[in-house]
Amino acid sequence: MTMNRRDFMRCTAGLGFAILLDGCAPMRPRASAGTADAAPDAARAFNAWASLASDGTIYIVNPAVEMGQGSQTAIPRIIAEEMDADWSNVVIVPAAPIDKIYGNPGFGGAMYTAGSATVRGYWDVARTYGAQVRRVLMENAARIWNVPLAELGTEPSAVVHIATDRRISYAELAAVVQLPASAPEIKPEELKNPAEYRLVGKDVMRVELPTKVNGTARYSIDVQLPGMLYGAVARAPVEGSTPIAVDDAAARAIPGVVRIVRLPYGVAVLAETPWAAFDAKKALNITWDRHARGYGHDSDKAIGAYATAARDVGRAGKPWDTAGDAPAAMKQAAKIYEAQYICDYTYHAQMEPLNSVAYVSQAGDRCEIWCGTQSQTMAVGAVARALGIAPENVKLNLMLLGGGFGRRGHRDEEFVVDSVLLSREAKRPVKLLWTREDDVKNGRFRPLSVHYLRAGVDKGGRIVAWQHRVACDEITAFQDPVRYKGGGERDFLAMAGSELRTYDIPHRLAEQLPQPTGIRTSSLRGIGFGPNKFATEAFLDEIAAGQGIDPVELRLQLLKNTPRGQAVVREVAAMSEFRRARPGRGLGFAFVDYSGTMVAAVAEASVDKASGAIKVHDFWLALDPGIAVHPDNVVAQTESSIIYGLGLTLTERITFKDGLVQQVNIRDYGVPRMGDIPELHIKLMATPNRPTGAGQMATPIVAPAISAAVFAASGARVRHTPFLPERVRTAMA
Amino acid sequence: MAIHFVVNGVAVTSAAPQSTPLLWVLREELKLTGTKYGCGAGQCGACMVHVEGGRTFSCLTPVASVAGKRVTTIEGLSPGQLNALQRAWLAESVPQCGYCQSGQLMSAAALLAEKPHPSREDIKAYMSTNVCRCGTYPRIVRAIERASQEV
Repeated sequence: MTMNRRDFMRCTAGLGFAILLDGCAPMRPRASAGTADAAPDAARAFNAWASLASDGTIYIVNPAVEMGQGSQTAIPRIIAEEMDADWSNVVIVPAAPIDKIYGNPGFGGAMYTAGSATVRGYWDVARTYGAQVRRVLMENAARIWNVPLAELGTEPSAVVHIATDRRISYAELAAVVQLPASAPEIKPEELKNPAEYRLVGKDVMRVELPTKVNGTARYSIDVQLPGMLYGAVARAPVEGSTPIAVDDAAARAIPGVVRIVRLPYGVAVLAETPWAAFDAKKALNITWDRHARGYGHDSDKAIGAYATAARDVGRAGKPWDTAGDAPAAMKQAAKIYEAQYICDYTYHAQMEPLNSVAYVSQAGDRCEIWCGTQSQTMAVGAVARALGIAPENVKLNLMLLGGGFGRRGHRDEEFVVDSVLLSREAKRPVKLLWTREDDVKNGRFRPLSVHYLRAGVDKGGRIVAWQHRVACDEITAFQDPVRYKGGGERDFLAMAGSELRTYDIPHRLAEQLPQPTGIRTSSLRGIGFGPNKFATEAFLDEIAAGQGIDPVELRLQLLKNTPRGQAVVREVAAMSEFRRARPGRGLGFAFVDYSGTMVAAVAEASVDKASGAIKVHDFWLALDPGIAVHPDNVVAQTESSIIYGLGLTLTERITFKDGLVQQVNIRDYGVPRMGDIPELHIKLMATPNRPTGAGQMATPIVAPAISAAVFAASGARVRHTPFLPERVRTAMA
Repeated sequence: MAIHFVVNGVAVTSAAPQSTPLLWVLREELKLTGTKYGCGAGQCGACMVHVEGGRTFSCLTPVASVAGKRVTTIEGLSPGQLNALQRAWLAESVPQCGYCQSGQLMSAAALLAEKPHPSREDIKAYMSTNVCRCGTYPRIVRAIERASQEV
């Protein structure tokens, strides 16, 4: 398909005037959606991001999904800023699932909302697209008034000619605008100076917020279609296992059950009501084969095997980050420190259990889906593959996500495909529901990891050599084989954060010892930064103690080339009065450079010596994410990240016996509740630098800060997350 | 056997089997989808409603047990306008993903009905029934305190 002017004008029908092609994408005939996969790069020239109607409405496209992190508001705010749009005129429309137009340049060109990469990744393009619209409007005003472009300026939703005190609104211009054949070029220096921002950096209510206080917010689980059936799937208890015998007599006898469907990976029930579907699923008696690799996996026993691999330094790992010659420098070191850290498997526990709604056409050649996915194009792609149809024949209705945290962005989009396969069988719309128990049992988890670290210190006390060996289940190869193969088979989801580029350590080696267990793994908020920063920062705290250096001072030395890092360190030390001793309590410090966002934190904790229970009283955190597009939302995301990290640090874990998940529901998994939360003290130190992300940057800092606080309070090093009381007791003994 | 009860002031009838959780009757039969399914086991509070004014896990409540009773859901908490809690929720920008927030609001409303001016410790104790995975807890505390000043 080529996006010529005629297509563009045609698709504007019904919208008044649309200046730009894909602002009307949501209203575009279905047949054309998705064919843009074949569109030339020139398709971008039409700026697919904003449309103007002559009633003054400004439609701005949002390419991201909304799971509470605020992207749905943030990206359109950036576009509106450069457009100089009056925010009260803006209506936000979801982007069509077309990577080539709407993919995140900071996420491999995919429409994929994850990794705190949305503002970071779209920052340049969103500003450029907004500026293009403003330029076209100004060029038109220059033509109409017959004045030089250079004499014109804009104010919210209007072009102004100051010399003659003339003003024309964007709405008036929309009615008469002439479009250039191609989008104007905007040079970086022509974008607004951050000092001129009216919208970016100012707080505003997130657009979807009012729907979230009165029950009207719509998630896929809320979708209801005429004639809809309910589906529930008994999935393989171990990845790759298949049913060899199914006794469904009891399930069929349950009133409301329509049919039982065999799927390649399980057995599904279709029923007239959800309760019938759930009851019938429970009543299925399935015998599974035991060929799957995961059988026999026992997480407690696996720790020993992983540790053996991590500690066998003679066996080279898969290198992740290399600087200088760490093994040689280690040999020269005056003193070598070593330590081992362990992180248990963890589960996302997003509040909305996985679900989706699908309606496959009678002929099986078309499909409409309603789902909450972190990747619109992955969902469409997975459905198209499952049905053997072209992606343009899949219509996606993107819903709000009841939490994501990495669970909803796997290449196979299993929970969406479930609903599609069942709708094809039923020839009716199907709402597919995972129960919470399914969501836990068939979860995909942050891996078990064992970290073996060594650091060499020279005679002057400087850390000159660093080695970090990570033995863990692989993530990226399982979660997204396409990106894994395309990205040089680097397991970035597991290894990210083990690189220490900000620290002044000349010789470094971080390497992975992948453990092929067959366990289902996943990115999870903070990805590899979670386990890896726990290990590296807790280890630095041990080195500081061993060297007799203040842990804050040690980080300031290591950050000698990173003034922004030093600034957050100093700030949090001051906020928390780090050097003021508190009787019976300990203070612990940690620092994280997360993709350029600088974070420093101090935890204040006490330990009940008898039980080993940790109480975190206060948590101070300073962060510099560069420009904060929506400052209060950055603070909200930081609160959220800390609390998520608190659970991962203190209570949450998944364990396996014979390949089976041992936890059942929310309570025995152990998510934090209101009574568990310390006082949070957050200082947002926004700087006029490129935004570098804020959605998860605080999660990884929580474990090392608390472990250091526990050491300060009790003298014990807890090196295994979560810090269960029995582990703390053992560490104190 | 049909079950008769009142939801948000409206008389309703359900033909669902007696043991069916009220949650699913509300959501799928009565189309009141503001009440959410989170755990099905009374562990998260996403399904919280009021039965005869008291907070109740609708996921654990057999529909037959509310026969003849008054049920209030988020849709009926303050129809047509926002109440003090909902306004406070917006003022503090409480919701993130939002999925748990109906349940949070129903719990908070029950708390203020029992105790119009709760202490911070009261709030923490009472609201620990409800899980928010996005960690909006500090803002929920602030919003309840804000609303309680208006009550």
